[in-house]
Formats: sequence, structure tokens, C-alpha cells
Amino acid sequence: MGMTMGEKILARASGKDLVKPGEIITAKVDLCMSNDGTTHLNIDIFENQLKAEKVFDPEKVIFIVDHNVPSESAKTAQVHKKMRIFAQKHDIPFYEGTGVCHQIMIEDFVVPGQLVIAADSHTCSYGGLGAFGTGVGCTDFTSVMHTGEIWLMVPETLKFEIEGSFKAGVYARDLILKIIGDIGANGANYRIMEFGGPAVKKFTVDDRVVLCNMAVEAGAKTGLVEPDQTAIDYVEARGRHDMNLFTSDEDAVYEKTYQYNLDELEPMIAIPHCVDDVVGVTQIGDVKIDQGFIGSCNNGRIEELRAAAQILQGKKIDPYVKLLISPASKAVFLEALAEGLIDIFVESGAMVLNPNCSVCWGSCQGVIGEGETLISTGTRNFKGRAGHPNSSVYLASAATVAASALTGKITDPRGFVV
Amino acid sequence: MKEAFKGRVWKLGDDIDTDIIIPTQFLALKTVEDMKKYAFNPLRPELAAQIQPGDIIVAGKNFGCGSSREQAPEILAALKISCIIAKSYARIFYRNAFNNGLLLLENSELYDYCSEGDHVSVHLESSQVLLGEKSFEVASIPTDLLQMVEAGGLVPFMRKRNGK
Repeated sequence: MGMTMGEKILARASGKDLVKPGEIITAKVDLCMSNDGTTHLNIDIFENQLKAEKVFDPEKVIFIVDHNVPSESAKTAQVHKKMRIFAQKHDIPFYEGTGVCHQIMIEDFVVPGQLVIAADSHTCSYGGLGAFGTGVGCTDFTSVMHTGEIWLMVPETLKFEIEGSFKAGVYARDLILKIIGDIGANGANYRIMEFGGPAVKKFTVDDRVVLCNMAVEAGAKTGLVEPDQTAIDYVEARGRHDMNLFTSDEDAVYEKTYQYNLDELEPMIAIPHCVDDVVGVTQIGDVKIDQGFIGSCNNGRIEELRAAAQILQGKKIDPYVKLLISPASKAVFLEALAEGLIDIFVESGAMVLNPNCSVCWGSCQGVIGEGETLISTGTRNFKGRAGHPNSSVYLASAATVAASALTGKITDPRGFVV
Repeated sequence: MKEAFKGRVWKLGDDIDTDIIIPTQFLALKTVEDMKKYAFNPLRPELAAQIQPGDIIVAGKNFGCGSSREQAPEILAALKISCIIAKSYARIFYRNAFNNGLLLLENSELYDYCSEGDHVSVHLESSQVLLGEKSFEVASIPTDLLQMVEAGGLVPFMRKRNGK
């Protein structure tokens, strides 16, 4: 009986020839990463409770300051300071203000076939490169940072077979919202979501990351796309060459298979306050917005910025709407500058922020007030996520956010793209 | 771990996410004691002050979905919730809860039968929860996980085991 690619990665990481769903393994991790959302707690546990002295491998532990950048209070500045001192002491890679942690990991560290554990739920993003990334809390993370190992249960795998092609104005973001709407916010709980089929083979790495990043919003342990030449080219262009290209066997066992056809997909919106309350943009009705946000580990990459720029070019956003745009990383920011996208954003009236988690996690720039409505490319629309407990967050693609910022209400982007 | 205990029920709904349990705005506060005052703030701001040690949260499906932030189970443990009985849990929260000494039990029916303010009794040895005359079965929790909950979480459990 064959294995799925996720099972193969876990088998390799645990030194076994074969693993089966339900089996508990002890796996060696290839990389572990923590950001300023919780690292201060990791450091406390590491130093004061475990009384540990060394991280397991300074080349495999990465600290990234991306959640409160630049710090908005003395409290968060203190968190950053603590991370900086620890990173220096242990000689581990340290990033501050250069982008969202998952984008930096994808650009600078992850290769296909790895097992990556990080103290952030959207670690599942690395499936876009064919790596098994999964998020944990700080106790688990601290133990990994110290020992390089973690226990994991081998999950069942759900397969998502995608065919067809996106119509103009429809994106990977709409596909993953549609899938989460269909299977529910716990529809993949404790499982692997494997995305494949003829459409996904043609997807860029950015699109693949968009799909895998949101897997946790359906409860999944990770999302995965089989690595192919597209993934190989991406990592080799960034100077990384050692990788393991695991693909699922023909006779691999899936718990369930779902079929999707992109030809039938329209722009999708998740309505407050749950990621699985999803409707097509044509069913949304009249929803006035106060703010738009384009960015985050789901939708702040160059392709999303291009889609937004195409819509905003030569136009002005609604005078009573704020549009905040944060490129996912320094590299993306520089690319957007070189392509003239930043000029388009600023001229349209948008505010361009430094690369960071920003509005998506609601504790830094761009929080919204009581009764206000945000349309966002962020990962979550939980109650109070973007600021005031009585505010509303809608989730959509960068194109839908851009079109909505022009009109002041949630708007179908298909009327704005050629 | 006490094998049987009783507690007053607070009833919450489906998909109680980690941003509801502890909003991002309070994550940088210095201590769990500072943070626990804001538990469930976006949903029921008055709730944290009303929760008494030994109370039990009964919830719908997918409790703890969202962020990997460990402060979520940590503050519920600090409020001395004796356990949560939900229809189901999100996976990262499930790991984090046990790592922080918070007992999670799973049952798909209790939620629809109980009301807020009811008292239920939990019998770990028989894996039963009783509400009046009615009994509900929960999956049994392995002894070492119960010992970990009793120790207050993974780190104190390891230290205790290592005799430190």
C-alpha cells in the first residue's frame, strides 16, 4: 500500500520506511521558527523552566520579528529586545521588520521535503513548496528548539483535485475560501489537505502558498502541494539545492477526495465572524466598508499586489475609505517598487505600510473602531480580530479588496479587470 | 488527578476561537494574571470576572480554532477552569491545553442538553459526565496525560519526573 507525500515526509523525519495514519512518531525537525507573537514566552520557558543552555542547532532555529513592527508600545519593544538578545547569544538567524515570518521562511529557508515546526498557526504555508510545516504553541516549540525533535500523530489525508482555469478576476484566494466554506472551519481537523490536479500543476508558488496557508483555517495540520519543477526553480533561484521531492503514490490512501473546477468559481467572501461563512461576491448584497487591507502571510505577495494595482491604476479610492497595503516581505516590496506598483497605490490614495503582519492580526497598525467594517486579505475574520470587539471583518482576494476600496462597498472585481 | 469532580457550567457556542479566548491586543501583557481578566472579551466581556475556580466550560464544535497562541489555554488554566467539555477541538489548541495542565473532554451531546448555571459531575475513572440523572460518555484520557494535567502541564510534569 502506498503513502501520501505527507506520510513520506513524516516517515523520513522519523527515520522509518513506512508510517500510517494514527501512528505516533518522534520526528527530527529540519527547521523551527518563532515570531514576536509568543517568543518571549518561549524564552522564559527555555531559560527559567527547562533551564536549557543551548538550542539544538543554531542554523535551524530562526527568530522573526513581524507581528508588532515597528513596535507600537514599550511592552512590545521589550518583547523584541528579549528576542534580539537571545538570538545574539545563541547565534541564531534573526530578522526584524523585513517581512511576515512565513514569507521570509519561504524565500530564505524552506526546501521541499522538510519538516518545519513553528510557533505560528500559518506554518502550514510551506506546503506550497512541498514541505510539511505545522504550527505549535510555545511549550511544544521550546522543546523543539532545545531537542530538535517533536512527537506527532500521523494524520489522515484529504485530497483536493482541482481542474479548469481561473476566470479573470478570480484567484487562488477565492478557491481556498470556497473550499473552507464547503468543508467548514473544522472540516480538515487534524488532517493533511493535499492540493493537486491539473490546475494546481500550473499554479505559481505564490498561488500554492495561498492554498496551503489557509489549511489551518479548516483545522488542518498542514496543507501540501507536490513539489515539481516550479517549486525546484523557486528554491534553486534562491541558492538552495538540497531537497527531497516526495510525491504521493498512485495507490496512496486518502480519507476523502474532493473535486473542484475553477471554470465555475466566482470571487468569494468570508463574512463575519467565521472563516467558513463564505458566499459568492454576487450574493453579498450592499455592504459598506470603512477600510481595506491587502497584505499578510496569505495575500501580500507580488502577484496579489499586481492584481490590486491593475484595478487601482489611474483611479482614486473612495474618500471615506482607508486602504492599507503591506507587502509580505522586503523582497516583495522592492519588486513592487521596481514595477511601479507602489506609485500606483500611493497615487490611488492607499497607505503603504512596511512589510509585517499588520492589520491581519489586529494589534499593530490599522486597527478599526466600534461598528466599523474591514475587508481584508488577511487570514481570519474572528470577532474583534481587527480592533474593536464590535467591528466586522470580511475576507476576500486582493482584487476584491481593491475594487471595494474604489467604490466604498464590497464589490465584484470582475468589472474592473480585463 | 482527582477522579471525580463537580462544577458549574458556562455555555459557549461553536468555533470559539483563540482571538475570543484572548484577543491579540492583550498578548504582550507581562503575566497570565494580567491577561486572564480579558478572557472571552470580544464575546462576553463580563465573563472572566464571573468565572470561579472549578467551573466548567461546555462548548460546541471546534473549540480553540485559530492561532497557536498558548496564552489561550494558559489563561483558562489560570482562571482555574476544571475542564472544558466541547463537541470537538482544534488541534493546536488541544496540544497546548494539555501542555498547560488544562483538561479537555469531548462529548457531542451534553451541549444540547445542558443550560448555563447547571452543575455537572465528571467521573474520569468511568469516563462519564453526569447532568442530573442523565449520563454522557467522554473518551478516556491516558493516565500519563492526566498526570501531566495534575502536575500543571508538560514542563512541570517533566521537572517532577526528572526530580528537579
